[in-house]
Order: sequence, then structure tokens, then C-alpha cells
Amino acid sequence: MNSIQNIFQNKDKNILSIYFTSGFPELNDTTKVIQELGAAGVDFIEVGLPYSDPLADGPTIQESSQKALKNGINLDIIFDQLMEIKESNSTPLVLMGYLNQILKYGEDKFCQKLVDCGIDTVILPDLPMVEYENHYQDLFKKYGINNVFLITPLTSEERIRKIDSYTQSFIYMVASSSITGAKGEISQQQIDYFERIKAMNLKSKLIIGFGISDYKTFSKACEYGNGAIIGSAFIKFLEENGVEKSSQFVQSVLDS
Amino acid sequence: MKSKFQPDEYGYFGQFGGAYIPELLYPNVKEIEDNYIQIIESDEFQKEYKSLLKDYVGRPSPLYYAKRLSSKYGAHIYLKREDLNHTGAHKVNNTIGQILIAKKLGKTQIIAETGAGQHGVATATVCALMGLNCTVFMGETDIKRQAPNVARMKMLGAKVVPATSGSKTLKDATNEAIRYWIQNPHTFYLIGSVVGPHPHPDMVARLQAVISEEMKWQLKEKTGKENPDTIIACVGGGSNAAGAFYHYMDDEEVELIAVEAAGLGVNSGESAATSQLGEVGIIHGSKTILMQDEYGQIVEPYSISAGLDYPGVGPLHAFLFESGRAKFMNATDKEALTAAYELTKIEGIIPALETAHALAVLPKLVFDKDQVVVINLSGRGDKDLETFIKHLEE
Repeated sequence: MNSIQNIFQNKDKNILSIYFTSGFPELNDTTKVIQELGAAGVDFIEVGLPYSDPLADGPTIQESSQKALKNGINLDIIFDQLMEIKESNSTPLVLMGYLNQILKYGEDKFCQKLVDCGIDTVILPDLPMVEYENHYQDLFKKYGINNVFLITPLTSEERIRKIDSYTQSFIYMVASSSITGAKGEISQQQIDYFERIKAMNLKSKLIIGFGISDYKTFSKACEYGNGAIIGSAFIKFLEENGVEKSSQFVQSVLDS
Repeated sequence: MKSKFQPDEYGYFGQFGGAYIPELLYPNVKEIEDNYIQIIESDEFQKEYKSLLKDYVGRPSPLYYAKRLSSKYGAHIYLKREDLNHTGAHKVNNTIGQILIAKKLGKTQIIAETGAGQHGVATATVCALMGLNCTVFMGETDIKRQAPNVARMKMLGAKVVPATSGSKTLKDATNEAIRYWIQNPHTFYLIGSVVGPHPHPDMVARLQAVISEEMKWQLKEKTGKENPDTIIACVGGGSNAAGAFYHYMDDEEVELIAVEAAGLGVNSGESAATSQLGEVGIIHGSKTILMQDEYGQIVEPYSISAGLDYPGVGPLHAFLFESGRAKFMNATDKEALTAAYELTKIEGIIPALETAHALAVLPKLVFDKDQVVVINLSGRGDKDLETFIKHLEE
């Protein structure tokens, strides 16, 4: 059983995941943010690997990535930081980055580092299904790593069924045809899409992301999925309020 | 037998290519992949494409024997005059083709990226021609250094959106175009070079192939032989070179020379000579050769020429480089400026700064006196006058 399946053993509603950019706001904040979020009751944490050209991310995450890179963050430092809290942290971590980072770092070396840090789940938005099937499926299997696939309102039913069969952790359900960034509300069109996917009775858990920002959007998303991911809204909060107040953000999402 | 320079079923040229795109883009790209060859090969498309190229663009573009240039370098040098096309560069061959594909697919909103502004102008032009909405993403740095083209795009009715991330050049404009495409999946992304996810590199190469198709019969008329000894073209993303090389790639006897921008010098830290400085990596949805640091972060390129200022190269060119089929050379800012002045003085042709890089390797090559050399004169220099004048005064 992987770390994400473990969560679902005890809880399969209102799962809250928070994304943050490692090395942001300051280089050494990575471990602090994880500790704060874990203590505040976040179910799993998405650790963003800052990239120079993050095509699937909106301005907030782009800017935080630029800042983190300026701070001097890189994959070696991130893995050192994650090793540092391996023992003390009990909240599952999911790494989110872009494929070129892994290619350059060395695919096997990257996977081994994940294993060393006790991480077994990755989200790579620019890893297409066909490349997964042709190459990465075998690589990840060798290291016991799960790949999280994204689906969108435009993903065909046939493709969703295939993704469902490949999924061992959860399906990342992109709330709209969009890059990341808080939108403030959930439209009827999105609700129709959530209903359509829900009616497919997939075996995989569904976590909704992109455009989830607060109590209102989180609770709405949880009506249709097993939980939701918040990214840009938390990055903005970090920028304005600092790492120490992270628990306030989490509380504001969980309670009205 | 299928040429090894055609992409395989997954869009790979050797190890380069593919479609590394977020799931959000999958339906958009798939729609094009499922339809582009069928559309391009249809009689209806061919008739309209050829007719527009002839009467609207002014093709065939002349193959001009540059007598004084030839005598200076001791070879028979021909210039393929893409600079004489409507809008002033080879870019329009592609935009005419893609706008017809977009129309066939029922698209009404067109987006594009541009570096030097040539592709932006060519896109705005065909959108005006077809009555379609046009948005062009352009780096803030490039908006400043290519002001005449920004004015032209606006006059043609396009909306020009500045890209303000990174070095604010072609790479960043492409990022913004792709992000907009993700958020607006019903738009048609009219990509300007042989880059991006499969099938875009192949689609653009097929539409630029008209350059070498014409070269074949023009050379036959002028020299008695379809094949030249050498073809020289500049490479940023690589679309004019792809067009000039296309029908010659399998003829190993024809030497292909691709010229990259070395900026202030290949090893100066201010360069865009991707084949010399890059390693295998992924950019804009394609596995290719890419300028990057030890952690895979994309390095900001530099060139005086906005059209060559790109940290990657199309996957076909990466394959031409790796396989040794094409010879990759480079020219610095200064060498390109010198070459531009030389062509202007002895042939009366002001080339684009991009094109000047191709001309700039002439002094570095040793020719036989009978050697037939074709240089793809990809664009005219009107847009670069400010830069030329500035350097004239120095």
C-alpha cells in the first residue's frame, strides 16, 4: 500500500491537500512549511519543484518558482531538505515538477532519491500518457513510484477509463480548462463536469484542483470529489503572512 | 521507403520530438494530429494554398544568381529570395497553410508567438485576409527592438500581448501562447516554427517545403542540375532551414549547413548557439537539444537577432545535428552585421538580421570554383534598420 492509499484507508471525504513551492518564500522554508501544514491537519502535501518554464502554472506559482530559483533552490537541496524531516514528518508528500528536471537529473537517480526520502507519488503535468506507457511506467514500477494523471473537462471517457486503470493513488481532476490560479467560484458548467465524472464510478479516488482557494470552493469540490488541492491561494497567503501563520490558512479552509 | 527524416508514429525524429504536453492540451493537439496530413494532401487545400502563394504571396520566389558575391567568394552563389515574399520573409508560407487548416477545422480565434515579429506580421496578415481574430504574444524585449513590426501587426488588426516573464523574448512569448491555448482550448495556435509538440514541427516543415520544391526546378533551369552542392540557412527554431533542406535531406550529396546565432561568442555566456551549448531536454512540448543548467532549468539565450534568440531548436534539426546530416556553424552579432552590410553594398539587398547569420559563414568556408551554393535569403532587413543604423554610427 502506498502513502496516499493509506490516507484513504481511514478517510475518503474532505481530503485536503496543499501545494507549496519548495524554497519559497525563503530557501530554507521548505521544511518549515511541511511541518506547519502537517501540524495543521493537511492530509497530504504537494511539494513543488521550481521550474524556469512551468507551462501548466499561472502567474502566482510562476512567480514563486522564480523567487525560489533566485533563492538558490535546486533538486539536490530539496532532497537534502526532505531527508532532514523524513523522520519527524508523518504527512505524505507528493512531488510536483516538470519532466525536463527529471531527465536532466537522471531518471534513476531521481527515483532513488524519492525512495530515500520516503516519497512514493509524483505529479508531472507534462508527462503525456503515451510516454508513460512506453517508458515511465516500467521505470516507476521498479522504484514503487505512482504517477498521478490529470483529467480535464475535455478528456474523453475512453482516456479517463485508461487513466483509471493506471492509477494507484488518485486522479487529479482539473476543475476547468485552465492553468493554475485561484478563480474564486465554481460554475454550473464545472458542476456538470464533476457530476459526469462522478457518474462514471471510477475505482480511483478523485482529488479536485485548479481554482480551489477557500472554504467555499473547497467544500463545494468535496461534494463531488474525495477532496481538493489548493495551490496558488496558499502561495499568496505565504507571501503576505509568512510561514508561521500557515495553520491559520488551513483553518480558514476547513472552517467557515 | 519512408525517409528517416520524417517523424515516426509518435512524432519522433530519432530520439527527438514527441508531444510532451499537459493533459489539458491533449484534445487540441490530437485534433490537429488526426487531420493535418489529410487536409494538406487534399486537392481543395492544395489548390487554395498554391493559388494564394502565387497571387497573394508572390511565389515562386526568385532564385537569384549573386554575381558579385560569387566572384568575391569564388563559388556560384544563388540567393533564394524569400525576402521578396509578401510581408517580407518565409514565414508567410506557413501562415497561409495553417490558416487554411484552421479554417477547415472551423477555428475562428487565432493565436501566435513571435520573436522578430515576422511570424506575428505574417499571422496578422492571413487573419486579416480571412477575417479571423488574431492575438500575438511577443516578448517585451522584442516589442522594443522590433517596433516597426509591432506597428504593422496592430494596423493589421491583431492584438499584441507582451510576455513579461524570463528574458522577455521568443521563449517567453511561446510559453504565454501555450498557457493561453490551455485556457482557451477552442483557439488555434498558429505556431511559427518547426518547434512545439508533434505534429507541429512536421506540419510547419511541410508548409515551408515549398522553398526547396521551387529550388529544385529553378536550379535545373539555371544550372542543368536539380541539386546544388551546398545549402546554407540560419536556424533559430529552424523553419526557413527546414523548408530549404526539406526535399534534399535524403540526397546525401547535398551539403546542408545550418547557422546558429553565437551572440557575443559561443562561450561568452551570451549566445543562442543551441547545438553547441545544449543537451537533450524538453522545451515547448518537444524533446530536442536545449540550453539548460545542471538541474534542467532553461538558460536564457542571447542574440542581436530576435528571430534566432531561442534556447532550443526544432526536433528535426536536433536529429540533423546528431546524425551529422547537417553541418552546424554559427555567427556572432558582429559577424552578422558585417555580412548584412556586405550584401547591401555589393548586391543592393538589405537582409534581415536573422538571414545575415547565414551569409556570415561565407568567409569561413572554402569553396571550389564550380561549387553551387544556395543561401536561403529568409527575410528582408527593413525591420532591423534601427539596429543597422546604430551600428553604422559606431
